[in-house]
Amino acid sequence: MSAATLSTPAAGDDARITLRGHLRHTGALVRRNLLWIRQDPESMADALLMPVIFTLLFVFVFGGSIGQALGGGQDQYVQYVIPGMIAMMSMTLSQGVGTGFSQDFNSGVMDRFRSLPIGRGSVLFAKISVELLRMLFATAVLMIVAVAVGFEITDWPGLFATVALSTAFASSIMWVFLTLGVILKNAQSVQAMGFLVLFPLQFGSSIFAPTTSMPGWLQAFTDYNPLSTLADAARGLMVGGPVAHDLWVTLGWSVAITAVMAPVAIHKFRTKS
Amino acid sequence: MTRIDTRTGGAAVTVRGLVKHYGETKALDGVDLEVREGTVMGVLGPNGAGKTTLVRILSTLLAPDSGQATVAGYDVVRQPRQLRRVIGLTGQYASVDEKLPGWENLYMIGRLLDLPRKEARARADELLERFSLTEAAKRPASTYSGGMRRRLDLAASMIGRPAVLFLDEPTTGLDPRTRNEVWDEVKRMVGDGVTVLLTTQYMEEAEQLASELTVVDKGRVVAGGGIEELKARVGGRTLRIRPADAAQLRPLAGHLDDLGITGLASTTVDGDTGTLLVPILSDEQLTAVVGAVTSRGITLAAVTTELPSLDEVFLSLTGHRASAPQDTVPTEDREEVSV
Repeated sequence: MSAATLSTPAAGDDARITLRGHLRHTGALVRRNLLWIRQDPESMADALLMPVIFTLLFVFVFGGSIGQALGGGQDQYVQYVIPGMIAMMSMTLSQGVGTGFSQDFNSGVMDRFRSLPIGRGSVLFAKISVELLRMLFATAVLMIVAVAVGFEITDWPGLFATVALSTAFASSIMWVFLTLGVILKNAQSVQAMGFLVLFPLQFGSSIFAPTTSMPGWLQAFTDYNPLSTLADAARGLMVGGPVAHDLWVTLGWSVAITAVMAPVAIHKFRTKS
Repeated sequence: MTRIDTRTGGAAVTVRGLVKHYGETKALDGVDLEVREGTVMGVLGPNGAGKTTLVRILSTLLAPDSGQATVAGYDVVRQPRQLRRVIGLTGQYASVDEKLPGWENLYMIGRLLDLPRKEARARADELLERFSLTEAAKRPASTYSGGMRRRLDLAASMIGRPAVLFLDEPTTGLDPRTRNEVWDEVKRMVGDGVTVLLTTQYMEEAEQLASELTVVDKGRVVAGGGIEELKARVGGRTLRIRPADAAQLRPLAGHLDDLGITGLASTTVDGDTGTLLVPILSDEQLTAVVGAVTSRGITLAAVTTELPSLDEVFLSLTGHRASAPQDTVPTEDREEVSV
């Protein structure tokens, strides 16, 4: 700010922001994103309605027949599909970071941020934090609907562990959508591209139905599809069954996706003109 | 107000040989520029001249391919963090958050500039008051009129009490009345001693706000200097004659064209104002024309000479219109020409 800083040029430029500074900046940006929701409550519609609609749809449309295949009925299917829904939502709602980011770039707000003396990371972290909050809200809605259609919460620690795991996975997948948000032209493209990624991952998984009746090549895919492992881990944690293998595979995916995509997203963000 | 380091010799912005290419397109092709502390530099040029690219490089949003630029003594490439502390940016692109209320926009930027909460609040109140936005403080910026948005934009760029302010086409897309409003605000900011680099395609805007001009075209500087200085360099005045009887206009024009005064270009009849425009290169020509008119015994209602407008200055410097300086006459399609 003063002439004195002139004598310490160049290197370590970014290091000059203290941790408190980063937290302050991230806080100001989180506040901004929360105010968006207050100004525009409709933006919460997806987080509110998706868990309701998808749960009702799957339970009442497919519940009977898949439940029978599982050796029970609709009740059996509710126990099966709800943990999977948590996995699905972690993925679908993650898209929001990408579309929101794209809007910021196109509206010029991002230029304002980038001309301010703040770390680029603050902008990314603020976005991710708010989207994770939205996801937790959607999970709460989902659990209310789940109980309403007959889901029995028998294992509270298991439920919390599931939420923690899906949050961890979501925060890794968000880097993918952030990257899309930075490199694609507009929010529509981000959504379209996101859909292309999401759809096969969601349906080529064990989220909605057991994979045992699928052809071998598809099973090979679903076995290592992180959404399958996340759904299976959630099932194990919430209603019982094996957990360890799926848990590790899911965590492995989370770490790997973050390790690859976070640097890519940050780099693309920094160098975007 | 942040002081500018005296080692830079009073230059708030220094640009040397700045080059930026987008593929084959040379957005900036070796630009040199200097803005003295406390002055307003107008960067004038048509769309695609490289004005926005220049501002984006100076505000660290874009890295140059080569060349050097410093703002308040800080290098745009090596010291972006320090540089961002002392600049404000308003323009075509850097914008306010439409979904947030005006006050929240300013408070957020205050916090991002490390003001303590209390100070950020006070600064937001103060600037809303100053830019006459207090009543709209709680409304989302999306409900603002064009002029209010620009004022909020200006307020946002003033939060950190910048030493150098970049205004990228601050009134593009605004109606004339709102444009005047924004000009008044900018003049007040200049009165506070902030150094301004302003890009514009409006000659009128440059004349209103800037003390010095840099005329750019196709990524190159084609002229620079004080406004009067540029006018003088282009030379050529226009004599505007209004006969008392408008019916005399055309005969008078024909008479002057037939007379064949040495070096006199052809005259133009401006029917709307009932005047005859005669480009003049010298005092001798002026005398000859006036003599010729009076010898015809025509009663005149008005005779004035005009310096060339910035429009003409620009056209003559860039040669975008096929006319030589002495042929230019004030044009009615001011804004179309500059696009």
